[in-house]
Amino acid sequence: MLKIQNLSLKLGKFELKNINLEVNQGEYFVIIGETGAGKTILLECIAGLHKYSGKIFIDGIDIGNVPIEKRNIGLVYQDYALFPNLNVRDNIKFGLKIRKFREEMINEYVGEISKILKISYLLNRNVETLSGGEKQRISLARALVINPKILLLDEPLAALDPNTQNEIKTFLKKIHKERNLITIHITHNFEEAISLADCLAIIHSGEILQTGKSDEIFRNPKSEFVAKFTGAENLFEGISRVENGIAIIDVNGIKIYSTNLNEGNVHFLIRPENILISKQYLLSSARNSFKGKISQISKIPNRESIIKVVVDAGIPLAVFITKQAFEELNLNISGEIYVYFKASGVYVF
Amino acid sequence: MKEKLIIAFAILGALVLLFILIPLANLILSAIFDTQIFIENLTDEVVLKSILLSFLSAFLATLLAFIFGVPLAYFLARKNFYGKCFIEGLIDVPVVVPHTVAGIALLTVFGTHGLIGQFSFIRFVDAIPGIIIAMLFVSIPFIINYSREGFESVDVRLENAARTLGATPFYVFLKISFPLAFRNIFVGAVMTWARAMSEFGAIVMIAYYPMIATTIIYDKFLTTGLDASRAVAAILLIFCLLVFILLRLLIKKKK
Repeated sequence: MLKIQNLSLKLGKFELKNINLEVNQGEYFVIIGETGAGKTILLECIAGLHKYSGKIFIDGIDIGNVPIEKRNIGLVYQDYALFPNLNVRDNIKFGLKIRKFREEMINEYVGEISKILKISYLLNRNVETLSGGEKQRISLARALVINPKILLLDEPLAALDPNTQNEIKTFLKKIHKERNLITIHITHNFEEAISLADCLAIIHSGEILQTGKSDEIFRNPKSEFVAKFTGAENLFEGISRVENGIAIIDVNGIKIYSTNLNEGNVHFLIRPENILISKQYLLSSARNSFKGKISQISKIPNRESIIKVVVDAGIPLAVFITKQAFEELNLNISGEIYVYFKASGVYVF
Repeated sequence: MKEKLIIAFAILGALVLLFILIPLANLILSAIFDTQIFIENLTDEVVLKSILLSFLSAFLATLLAFIFGVPLAYFLARKNFYGKCFIEGLIDVPVVVPHTVAGIALLTVFGTHGLIGQFSFIRFVDAIPGIIIAMLFVSIPFIINYSREGFESVDVRLENAARTLGATPFYVFLKISFPLAFRNIFVGAVMTWARAMSEFGAIVMIAYYPMIATTIIYDKFLTTGLDASRAVAAILLIFCLLVFILLRLLIKKKK
């Protein structure tokens, strides 16, 4: 178990204020916050790269005086931090060579991790000529080959294209589970966070604002910042199956159609701007159409011209419409209403 | 428009090249055409020894500059502290001070009655250590400044990543930081060596003897006149040119 107790630190314009965290063995912990919130510094503190006040325990032992090289923590930076003077193989070997493994052992371990990460064909390449995804895999291989107890990931997906992001995500989930790691992953992307996290923490200006399961935080934000930051309206959880090339997600007995073909337990988002409402039934191309009742009408702070209407259609759907549309439709609380949104507007993760 | 600019710049550049080339070529050619004196000097053991001593002393000065300067450069590249500006300024001073001033300063420390000289078992005045110390003093800023730039260009996160993989700070320096900054360090070392080779003022103040190349050129100019000193100068120049071309090729190959 990793436990952080009253950790504080001031580093130039960055500051961490009284951080308290507990991460259990086998837990995928995501710390989410904006750029400059102090996320990377927190990771570097755990790795031992900064002096801090407070304590960090691993399995009950205070690691404050353990030098970085003895902590057995894998750190993967956003820009991969591959050594440009070494080729792919030597990058991955780096930690093993320090541990003075025999050459045959080193080759075996390197071969094994390269296979898992599908980078065997890159081993003799120069690291500077590789794509972002390839570099990220190598960086992960280099960190994982030393069999760390804790894996620290600094925005590991931020610089990658969506396809590669998904591949790396799948891999991270898998390796985390297989090795029963403590993984701490930092990101600024809320969707990325909930798709990976067992547990997450929101950090803002060097302070942890809230910690908990992702749904818990989403449904019950304890501060305005958390609410704004997690800000996505219409986040649901359901079970998805694919039929005839379209995903059907069952949530509370309601079927939502999506063009994102993920199966199994999924989260999904529908942007309130992408939902259409009408007083009469419309025959439209939208795959998702429901009849419901208006349960809430409210204004949105700082957006004068937009009205938020929540329609209870078995699930509560928030819809943003313009003030003009609101007036023209003459909407009232409890009024019956039809809602429509396209299958391609349902973002599944 | 662009073409015109390039032509204008090319003309200006050609003038600079001629400005460097003409005096050097003129020196070498006029010395060689004065064949008898040129051969006499080329075969003169004293002259050759002085050139050898120049090369050797400059090499040793560079080696010392490397051993002491590179760690300091790394320290300056990685640490921020109160008074860093002062230290960086101090390092640049030897480049700025007139060579005679440097010589006098060194004499007050390494001279027979100097701060260190009076206790030292190594003799500096009129001895090779004196030559090396004078060369070191005027040339060490180059290796420090070039290396510091090199180390600054190495991302700290590479070092951090290496540490988390189990490397001690020294191992990181040896395997990551130094190799990545090597090109800058090498260029710094070449500049240091070049500066050491060209020194005259500070050296003659602390060690007129044994004579190095620059001293013998001056000595011949005073005692036998321009012709003899011109021949030695040409020989030195040819040697330096060869070494520099060789080093440039080495850097290119490394790249």
